[in-house]
Amino acid sequence: MYCYDEYDQRMIDERVSQYRDQVRRRLSNELTETEFLPLRLQNGLYMQIHGYMLRIAVPYGLISSRQMRMFAHIARKYDRGYGHFTTRQNIQFNWLKLEDTPDILADLATVQMHAIQTSGNCVRNITSDEFAGVAQDEVVDPRPYAEILRQWSTFHPEFAYLPRKFKIAISGAKEDRAAILAHDIGLSVGKNAQGETGFRVLVGGGLGRTPVIGSEICEFLPWQHVLTYVESILRIYNQFGRRDNKFKARIKILVKALGIDEFRRLVEEDWLNLKDGPGTLTREEVERVASFFTDPTYEVLTDHDSSLKEFMADNRNFSNWMKHNVRPHRVPGYAIVVLSVKKPGNAPGDVTHEQMDAVADLADHYSFGEMRITHKQNLVFADVKQADLIALWRELSKLELASPNIGMLTDIISCPGAEFCTLANARSIPLSKLIAERFESLDFQYDIGEISLNISGCMNACGQHHIGNIGITGVEKKNHEEWYQISIGGAEGNNCSLGKILGPSLTFHQIPEAIDRILQVYLRERIDEGERFIDTVRRIGHTPFKDHVYATDFTEEPIKPDDKDGVVAARYAVPFFSPRF
Amino acid sequence: MIIKNKAIIEDDWQVLRLQDQETAEAAIVPNGKIIVPLKVWLAQRAVLQQRNDIGVWFASDERPENLAEDVHRFSVIAVDFPKFSDGRGYSIAYNLRTRLGYSGELRAIGDVLRDQLFYMQRVGFDTFEPRPDRNINDALKGFEDFSEVYQTSVDRKQPLFRRVVRQGMGAVGFGDD
Ligand code: HEM
Ligand code: SF4
Repeated sequence: MYCYDEYDQRMIDERVSQYRDQVRRRLSNELTETEFLPLRLQNGLYMQIHGYMLRIAVPYGLISSRQMRMFAHIARKYDRGYGHFTTRQNIQFNWLKLEDTPDILADLATVQMHAIQTSGNCVRNITSDEFAGVAQDEVVDPRPYAEILRQWSTFHPEFAYLPRKFKIAISGAKEDRAAILAHDIGLSVGKNAQGETGFRVLVGGGLGRTPVIGSEICEFLPWQHVLTYVESILRIYNQFGRRDNKFKARIKILVKALGIDEFRRLVEEDWLNLKDGPGTLTREEVERVASFFTDPTYEVLTDHDSSLKEFMADNRNFSNWMKHNVRPHRVPGYAIVVLSVKKPGNAPGDVTHEQMDAVADLADHYSFGEMRITHKQNLVFADVKQADLIALWRELSKLELASPNIGMLTDIISCPGAEFCTLANARSIPLSKLIAERFESLDFQYDIGEISLNISGCMNACGQHHIGNIGITGVEKKNHEEWYQISIGGAEGNNCSLGKILGPSLTFHQIPEAIDRILQVYLRERIDEGERFIDTVRRIGHTPFKDHVYATDFTEEPIKPDDKDGVVAARYAVPFFSPRF
Repeated sequence: MIIKNKAIIEDDWQVLRLQDQETAEAAIVPNGKIIVPLKVWLAQRAVLQQRNDIGVWFASDERPENLAEDVHRFSVIAVDFPKFSDGRGYSIAYNLRTRLGYSGELRAIGDVLRDQLFYMQRVGFDTFEPRPDRNINDALKGFEDFSEVYQTSVDRKQPLFRRVVRQGMGAVGFGDD
């Protein structure tokens, strides 16, 4: 993976000093909270229900065991012993003190990490394919370009105060695993007919309250031009994006308002001034950065270890895990292993400091000391020898990271929701637990097959509910009940689509039953087991699902005052300053 | 007092801001060195161009192209930051310097604070009017936040990867070969 040189390190260290001074000035009231807010946001620091939340960048989701141990250290020393992996491949700590944050950033800088631009109206952490470099369907490894874009966007002087946040995702495989159609800029690096490397550039995608699928602005941009072209897109957005209404400030609104052709015209007019100028990438630079992403020293092996087959035949848990959590690797004899951070009953994405330390040790032992954070809030060991799979599975089972549910119903994506977030309309994590417990039976999950379920506590869509096959959004709380909307038909990947709302909203306790009814329709209507849930929805439309969900009343669960899941907790009325950023 | 080329100096330019009801056509431009709103310049160009003590300032929603060839008449152009979080002024400055070739004094006015100075100088500002309620000496420290930068802008024509030799991990082939 990429390794800082003296330049990278110096910039990070200087950032820590700058931030330390900003915190000092805030604590001495030299800076008002209004002035401090955009500064702390550019360092990933949010004010949330329990105090300060820090979001640490994990560039394109790639992390070393040493860095993971640093997370464990931060969780122990400054937080309550755990951290939360997010859908943007970052990690968040929810219970920090402002005074501690400069020390935390200093600790992070010792392992080449930072929280730069993980929030605020700037270019955010760049996300990528969690299987980059090892996937069988990869055309070009996106990681060198992701790192080049990371450096380019870091402290970009012109684009630190954009109309709104700006998210870039990049993928280089045939199947898009980075949701590039749902980003402000989506980049797909590939080859043209002549075998030259270049980018398909998409712009104006995004979720949030106005979900939009990105439009193609450039079909094939030769690799040399990626930085200057992105720069021009940002310059047009910075000047013309709306600033009068923060709900209309994302680039997707600008692209819609101008139309993609006019937007492209403006971008290319600006770009003519930059094209082939000094910002153009050089072959030397791409090769230099790419040299950090070369293959580890793989052994020469073959696939199909016979002992695996035998063990699979004997052990159903193991064979389930092999089937659902292990993916084929580009190199014979190796496998990609997805660690499930979705044990039913636990909060999706939450990892304790003990788990972090243990995972770091396992990565050292089994996967060249590196791992990845996925946009589904799981972890990946990208380079595991097939012969080690049994031993690794045993270790992961002890750590409760081997639930064989990747891509299944209980592999739920959930935002932090009302217990942590001041913008929430309703809780997300308790709902995801309730759903996961109800559908815990693996036989049932395997019968349903591939499906995605995403939960957001409000329309901001941090849980990416629009692109879940089933999406759930918190819409309001009233009469001691939380109300949610269900949508179906969303999907990510090459065939990205946005879900449509099924009907009137339902309460916390009605949601699992409603999902059950949706699944019953699917089981009844599917042609055979090969037809996935999303395919059935696309084939038969919403109506059969809607009709069945709302056909009969839901049994009313009485709300007991002492039932903490039944009553919306009183701490909703947040006494803290609310960051309406 | 203002900051010019990283030094604190006296300044005798005044900034004219229109009152609520005042129109650009009717605004009275006093004598003496004065920086007028772009609107006023455009409306009263015929008269104002006789004077050599006029500067012009851009509101954040105005476009440098509107000044076009006039840009070289001015020894001072200012860009207003109504709020420090309104980042349009950075692109206005960049465009004035790079697209219109403006080489005179470019000053940041309005909500100008220490923590934005580093970025502002990078996009071409050389003069700053920090908010009057702030310590101007303190603001000077803002220029020193970083000693190195990655990307090109007005202050750095070459990105880091063209300016210095950076070490990789040894040779790799490029995908095209
Ligand atoms: C708890 C603190 C958080 C707050 C206050 C927050 C706030 C927001 C807001 C206001 C938006 C909408 C932005 C817009 O549309 O302009 C948003 C979008 C988003 N957030 Fe968060 N968020 C939080 C945590 C998270 C977490 C933990 C994740 C990942 C699990 C996340 C991932 C996202 C994603 C993926 C989007 C959608 C991006 C898009 O609009 O395209 N956020 N967030
Ligand atoms: S979706 Fe809403 S509730 Fe969930 S984290 Fe984002 S802003 Fe908060």
